[in-house]
Amino acid sequence: MNQSISLANEERALLFKHKAATAWRFVILFLFSIILMMYDHRSHQTEKLRTSLTTVIAPLQFSVSKPIEILEWLKSSFSSHQKLAEENTNLKSQLLLQRAEMQKSISLQKENKQLRALLRSSSTIEGSVKVAQILAVSLDPFLSQVVLDKGKKYGVYLGQPVLDSTGLMGQVIQVGVLTSRVMLVTDSRSAIPVQDSRTGIRAIAIGSGTNRPLMLINVPQTSDVQVGDELITSGLGLNFPVGYPVGIIQKVQNRPGQHFATILVKPSANLEKSRQVLLVNENTEAEYDEAKQQLKDISKEKVNEETIRRSLGNMHL
Amino acid sequence: MNEIKRINYIILFLSLLLGFFLELLPAPTWAVWLKPEWLLLIIFFWILHTPSKLNVGFAWLLGLLLDAMKGALLGEHALAMLIVSFLFLKLHRRFKLYPMWQQCGFIFLFVLLYQFIIFLIQGIIGQLPQSNLYWGPTLTSLIFWPWIYILLRDWNNKFSK
Repeated sequence: MNQSISLANEERALLFKHKAATAWRFVILFLFSIILMMYDHRSHQTEKLRTSLTTVIAPLQFSVSKPIEILEWLKSSFSSHQKLAEENTNLKSQLLLQRAEMQKSISLQKENKQLRALLRSSSTIEGSVKVAQILAVSLDPFLSQVVLDKGKKYGVYLGQPVLDSTGLMGQVIQVGVLTSRVMLVTDSRSAIPVQDSRTGIRAIAIGSGTNRPLMLINVPQTSDVQVGDELITSGLGLNFPVGYPVGIIQKVQNRPGQHFATILVKPSANLEKSRQVLLVNENTEAEYDEAKQQLKDISKEKVNEETIRRSLGNMHL
Repeated sequence: MNEIKRINYIILFLSLLLGFFLELLPAPTWAVWLKPEWLLLIIFFWILHTPSKLNVGFAWLLGLLLDAMKGALLGEHALAMLIVSFLFLKLHRRFKLYPMWQQCGFIFLFVLLYQFIIFLIQGIIGQLPQSNLYWGPTLTSLIFWPWIYILLRDWNNKFSK
């Protein structure tokens, strides 16, 4: 009898201890998460924690994505011979067209280089391009982001521009060991310096959410912007290379009484459909070296490092 | 009352893995906002099954992983998971006595609270969802709860013996 009572007491003590521990744990973790959130929102100090967490998650993401890819592969491998033949001829004709374009562009490139040499400015070097694939995983629908199957191991770096075959997709905002995260141009935190390819007017295109058009901000109502104009990256801000298509102007609204026009832009890239993307490797180091070499060649005299550095800085600005 | 509830750690691990899989599974565009909160429901089941073994810290850690996975603010889902699982832990004795339809009502309220906390945090950082469909998972979670509950219970019972 006594034993059972003492046992019950013990149990009760344990129970209360457990409850108290839970309450303490709750309070501590509550405060900790609030601090963590503030820290994560204000600074980028949490990048390390995020990277290690994504490393845990990466195998899961791959294992979800792979079966879907295999399904798609199966679908395509069972398509009929006729369809494939059709596609083949289509692709061949496309290739022919693009080869012709390519020849034109090679001659243009040469000409461009000569002109630039005449102007004594550094030639823009096309960075090497790598192919990556978008993992078929779902993310927070608040954010327009995608996960790529290439990470630090593959040389992906923070801020790297991401393109698809038709235009600019976005930039890398987080690099894990095996995966990386890309913020698309439609994300509400994305802002891209652009230029109207027809008139040369510069502006900034900001995103406003998935499946919504981009917006050009701070463009005066009097500026020459028309529906159908193509916008390209202006290269200002040094984050994106110059001259990649960003979008086409969809709508220009001038409201009397407002300073700026409301301009909606349709993104050029197939944000919803593309599976393969291109990672542009802007080799700034090589660019710097080449520019230095050119300057040396042009001036034919001993130029000390300092002046080169200064002139390089001017060029970028 | 005195039945010994065994926890099968393999089943626990597998069910959580399944939860993460389901969270990651891409949905067609029309269903993006309608995905049930799979992981939350699975945590609810385990709290209900073995309340003494699972503490709120565990739910918090899973929430943190979810944050990293979804690319959300670190600590956002963790905080929501923490609060909701703490409340659920407090009320699980009462919950067990309810018939299934009443349980579903309770689940509805809990998931609503979970979503509301995330909604608040998103509001504070200035990234509110642009669609009212944001509240969709509350309903779909309610629909999926009985299935998850029965499935996991049977699964666990089968392999615990």
